[in-house]
Amino acid sequence: MSDEAFITSLCERVRDAASRKAALRVRGGGTKDFYGGPATGDPVEMSAYSGVVAYEPKELVLTVRAGTPLDEVERALDAQRQMLPFEPPHFGAGATIGGAVAAGLSGPRRPYAGAVRDFVLGARIVNGKGEDLSFGGRVIKNVAGYDVSRLMAGSLGTLGILTEVSFKVLPRPAVETTIAFEMDEAQAIQQANTWAGQPLPVSATAWQDGVLRVRLSGAEPAVAAARQRMGGETSPDAAHWQGLREQSLPFFQVPTLWRVSVPQTTAPLDLGAPSLVEWGGGVRWIAAEQDALALRSTVERVGGHATLFRAADRSGGAFHPLRPAILKIHQRLKAAFDPAGILNPGRMYDF
Amino acid sequence: MEALAVASKRERTLAALRAIEPPLAIVADEEGLKPFETDAFISHRATPMLAVLPETEAQVRHIVRACRKLGVPVVSRGAGTGISGGAIPDPDGVLLVLTRMRRIVSLDAAARTAMVEPGVRNLKISEVASAHGLFYAPDPSSQLVCSIGGNVAENSGGVHCLKYGLTTHNILDVRVVDGDGEPLELGSPALDTPGYDLLALVTGSEGNLGVVTRVTVRLVPLPERTDTLLAAFASVGDAARAVGEIIGTGIVPAALEMMDRIVIEACERAMRLGFPTSAEALLLVELDGAEAEVVVEAGRVRTILAACGATEVRVAADAAERERLWRARKGAFAALATILPDFYTIDGTIPRRCLPEVLDRIFELTAEYGLLVGNVFHAGDGNLHPCIFYDSNKPGDMEKSEALGGRILELCLEVGGTITGEHGVGVEKLRQMCSQFRAPEIEAFHAVKRAFDPEGILNPGKAVPTLKRCAEWGGMHMHAGALPHAQIPRF
Repeated sequence: MSDEAFITSLCERVRDAASRKAALRVRGGGTKDFYGGPATGDPVEMSAYSGVVAYEPKELVLTVRAGTPLDEVERALDAQRQMLPFEPPHFGAGATIGGAVAAGLSGPRRPYAGAVRDFVLGARIVNGKGEDLSFGGRVIKNVAGYDVSRLMAGSLGTLGILTEVSFKVLPRPAVETTIAFEMDEAQAIQQANTWAGQPLPVSATAWQDGVLRVRLSGAEPAVAAARQRMGGETSPDAAHWQGLREQSLPFFQVPTLWRVSVPQTTAPLDLGAPSLVEWGGGVRWIAAEQDALALRSTVERVGGHATLFRAADRSGGAFHPLRPAILKIHQRLKAAFDPAGILNPGRMYDF
Repeated sequence: MEALAVASKRERTLAALRAIEPPLAIVADEEGLKPFETDAFISHRATPMLAVLPETEAQVRHIVRACRKLGVPVVSRGAGTGISGGAIPDPDGVLLVLTRMRRIVSLDAAARTAMVEPGVRNLKISEVASAHGLFYAPDPSSQLVCSIGGNVAENSGGVHCLKYGLTTHNILDVRVVDGDGEPLELGSPALDTPGYDLLALVTGSEGNLGVVTRVTVRLVPLPERTDTLLAAFASVGDAARAVGEIIGTGIVPAALEMMDRIVIEACERAMRLGFPTSAEALLLVELDGAEAEVVVEAGRVRTILAACGATEVRVAADAAERERLWRARKGAFAALATILPDFYTIDGTIPRRCLPEVLDRIFELTAEYGLLVGNVFHAGDGNLHPCIFYDSNKPGDMEKSEALGGRILELCLEVGGTITGEHGVGVEKLRQMCSQFRAPEIEAFHAVKRAFDPEGILNPGKAVPTLKRCAEWGGMHMHAGALPHAQIPRF
């Protein structure tokens, strides 16, 4: 099927579903089905809409069809010594770029490079009315119209079906090295924040079980100079970051996993459960069941939010409840983009 | 009768604003309203019905609620440095001037954040943060005077955004008062927020989705070393190739700026920098970061500049020399004013590979209109700033410059670019919005606005055109003479 035929038939399908108020479940590789509310409705398979539309390494701009495997995107970038700086987790074979954007999840490099939304330049979507819409563009600077393409990042397919996405990409660092320090959680959080305030090539941090690991990325002499200045032990464990990104480390092999996002300098939360601190203190993973209400109120007091990231029972809601004024805006946006309420209903909140 | 109705609306609005506690500064006399007639898009002006200068968010809330109840438009304004007319008053509306809300609420050096009120000047934040080895990265050319609230409204860029990003990449948390008069906290002090990314929507929304009352910005470490190089080229094509090679080799410079011959000559006349006026293009490259990294990168950049045919390369050895090299770029606009008294700056962005072709075509269009254009641009991200010279004393000259500006923006679209990289749509580029977007996309923008401002009282008529206006202008998206998606009604 040609591109335009695919989009046309997708629009027709959405219009038909909207007229019948029949839910549609947007699906890439299905690797993130565990995330958010239960996926319901008739599956819309996006993997058929695949491939790079345009890639200009010297412009740092990449446009891809949403169903393109994340692996394929990363291979294309790697061949030009470039990367998606937000290090999106795959969480399994078959992950697609569209799914990565819709889930809005970023990996270990996020605090030092930026999140998914920071690198989205443009998006083509089919909204819940079956309209084929394009926002943003394929250039790095663009302020025409409201920034609807960034809004798509993390909206879990509830506002529109992503069909094409344009990204700003960056050169891959020449050298990466990992150093490790023995210290407690409070020290690790403080130290990571101190380093973040200095011109050092830090590209990831993770603390667990009394060890703070730091990844340095950049030109060889810069990494060597930082290595000298920061001290610590060189860690042979470069695979640690991949394990962190893909949650394949033993820490994550638990039935219930909470993701707590807090201001980076927040002191240890002391929840009496195993925790892993990354993002320079900005994310605290909690590998145990928690009283959702108590956890959320603790976290809210410090300006953060808590997500029930993995659990058999997510009936209490995976995501942190929204304040009423913010919820009102969400409902109006949902009604504007998807008036029949057919796109991934209940995947994010109860709309 | 109509005059009476208008007067009474004004009286009723004035009474409602005077009832606000604690009392706020209200400007109601014609003389006092005069300075607010326009922003930096000086070819358009209007006198607002009234202007108010709140000092607290609570007052802003009351103002918006009072105006909403009376159906009176509210236009917010910071320092008034915007050049697309986003803060031009509505003659039947209230102008909400935020310059008195200018406290730095807090600065947390460990967390690298500063919480500031909307009237705080952009540069002031970096000045205060420098004591902690930090700075606020977005640096629009008006950074000495422009305010952070306006930066959020416009998603302002600057010369360093290839590496450091736009406003949207450098803020964590923004409080706005929406069109219902409701305060909304968008974003958070954490690195992400549950739900939709409403902060992304509001940033760059040109005062249409909310009035910014507080901003938490992200601060970044001051670089250990900064190297600046200025290279002259015998052709724009050579300079453009050097830009591609630098980025292609894996270097992301802090700044990458280009100037064409018209600008070089003007700078030479005004500042005597001693550059060969035979040069067709000047390229300014700035590298910053950790000492060791910058040294290595600067060496590689010099090799690339030479390989791409640079006829001369100057390297700043210290801060004073760096300032001298930047003078050409920063003083370019002032130097251009020596050519003709007036000029009109365009703000399109194009895919960088199209640069030589686009510049040639701008040159042809300029000849067609009998005008003169100088080009200064952010070469790293393809953001062009062609300056069209005209003489406002010559009848029809200004209109001609606006028509040429429109043609240049259409050209940017034709090569896959955008009508505005950083200046915003305002009132200036409403017409080109109809070319960049199709009817259902424009309608989606209006739906976004209704979500934040159901009554449509915030900065009405700016940033997004009505479909009716697009139809009148006859400017809906056309490619090769055929309307795409002919099935979509276009009113």
